[in-house]
Amino acid sequence: MEALFSLVVGVLTACGIYLLLRGRTFPVIIGLSLLSYAVNLFLFSSGGLRTNSAPVIGASISPTDPLPHALVLTAIVIGFAMTAFVVILAVRARSELGSDHVDGQQGEEGDTR
Amino acid sequence: MSQHLLALPIVLPMAAALVLLLLSNRTSERHQRQLSVAFTALLLLINLALLSRASGGELAFYALGNWQAPYGIILMLDRLSALMLTITAVLAVGCVIFACAGDDQRGAYFHGVFQLQLMGLNGAFLTGDIFNLFVFFEILLLASYALLMHGGGKARVGAGLHYVILNLAGSALFLISLGILYGATGTLNMADMARRVADMPNDQAALVTAGGLLLIVVFSLKAALLPLYFWLPRTYAAAPAPVAALFAIMTKVGLYAILRVQTLIFADSPAEEPIDAWLWWSGLATLVLGAVGVLAARDLRILIAYLVLISVGTLLAGTALQSPAANTALLYYLPHTTLICGALFLVAELIGQQRAKAGTRLVRARRLYQRFLLGGLFLVGAVAVAGLPPLAGALGKLMLMQAVEDSARLWLWPLLLLAGLCALIALSRAGSVLFWASYKGEVAAGRVSGAQLAGVLWLLASAPLLVIFGGPMSEYTQATARQLAQPQVVIAELLGDAPTARATRFQAIQGDAP
Repeated sequence: MEALFSLVVGVLTACGIYLLLRGRTFPVIIGLSLLSYAVNLFLFSSGGLRTNSAPVIGASISPTDPLPHALVLTAIVIGFAMTAFVVILAVRARSELGSDHVDGQQGEEGDTR
Repeated sequence: MSQHLLALPIVLPMAAALVLLLLSNRTSERHQRQLSVAFTALLLLINLALLSRASGGELAFYALGNWQAPYGIILMLDRLSALMLTITAVLAVGCVIFACAGDDQRGAYFHGVFQLQLMGLNGAFLTGDIFNLFVFFEILLLASYALLMHGGGKARVGAGLHYVILNLAGSALFLISLGILYGATGTLNMADMARRVADMPNDQAALVTAGGLLLIVVFSLKAALLPLYFWLPRTYAAAPAPVAALFAIMTKVGLYAILRVQTLIFADSPAEEPIDAWLWWSGLATLVLGAVGVLAARDLRILIAYLVLISVGTLLAGTALQSPAANTALLYYLPHTTLICGALFLVAELIGQQRAKAGTRLVRARRLYQRFLLGGLFLVGAVAVAGLPPLAGALGKLMLMQAVEDSARLWLWPLLLLAGLCALIALSRAGSVLFWASYKGEVAAGRVSGAQLAGVLWLLASAPLLVIFGGPMSEYTQATARQLAQPQVVIAELLGDAPTARATRFQAIQGDAP
């Protein structure tokens, strides 16, 4: 399970960073979301990975650490708000700057970055 | 009541923000301004009360919801946080008075968002829990995004997009480092984490070092250290003047976080050495780049933004020295450079107003309407920020230079003095273009309003005041540095002899289970 979990986190992070380095706002935002998924999963694993154990005392034989669950919830809420904000900002930038390039300038002709 | 005083710097701006946001469409702008100034002044009084309480050397803790450490979230007041709170409130009063002259009406909800920003700043300075620090960072960042966009316009949206995306990536890194540190130590309370890092088995030490270095990378992004500073000049130059002035404290939040983490959690840990080495060399490099930047700047606002970078470089190179003498010096230099950089952003706005189309660009333009007044303000600000005697900048730099020892002197002395010289050259060149190289005859319109002048004078007054009260001030910073050098006192006072190992915690929980 650990290997699969770390593979998923690694692939998500790699995709997120690749998209984050693109030139247009849409892939950048998708990259940020992927990165935040990876981070949330990583944070979840920081209390240790266990099967068949709930973060509630008495619900299972050995309870797992409940704190990472709370941290992930906080991180999800904050990440959600930030993503909403950056989407609105990107739309605004598209209309004000006349381009969806993060630098506000269209690249060369035929540039598909 | 007095034990709840510690939570007030967070609760008051939050309540103020709610009131101001709810009232924003119902009352006249005059009432909103009065309320906003009154709330900010009240915050200053509270923070001064906390400063006087902390100056005795007593540590104060406040357990939110009465959940005791190390399980609950703790607010912690020591001399360093009290000093930072006071600087924030002083700067905020100047900014909000200046904004009342008309900048607040360029967009919606200025005063409410401004109070939210203060809430985030105060929370970041007070919290003793590292995940809570992340939450307050997000609050202050979200408020800063809105403030940066205040008034709109091409430049702001363009700079804002970079700023937001960079900070979101920074937040992701912050969470990763928190995950690593929590996984390795099993706690989020800074004092508890310090205790566990100190007796960490060797196989976990590498994990802690990695987490610690990642944390420093995140804080360096906020503080605008060398490879991570590219967002700063454009952002600060694009922001509305009162917001840019308030942002002068934002880089210092990063610095505060570095100082806190370095002295409390990672003192005497394997992470200490790489952190110090990185901070020292990138601090010096930032200093050099700031010096090049001020010479290359073609706009007064960009020039001031690079002056902020010079101060960041100076301060961070100082933190890397890790000696009480260096911390004394940089804590003395910090309020001065923050308030003066804030004041200079405001002065730049006033100059831009009277030069019509030319704005703050360093080109020949019409003569200023009030050139003696603005020239005088600019002169005081320039002398202060370049670190010339008789103002406090010179004292701060002198103290820092005395604090450096041996081979480090060879690096810091020439670079610091050279950066000062570059700042002086750039500022005098800017001043002569702005005030002397003007077309004869026509004079641009636009007077400085009373509120604007009051805001600028409030901030500029700190330069002479910090010299006049240099004695008590340096005694305070000395005591702060001593307190920072003894993290074990914080740990002992907060935690007493609570159990340490993570295993015991889980056994205890399981023992209670039915």
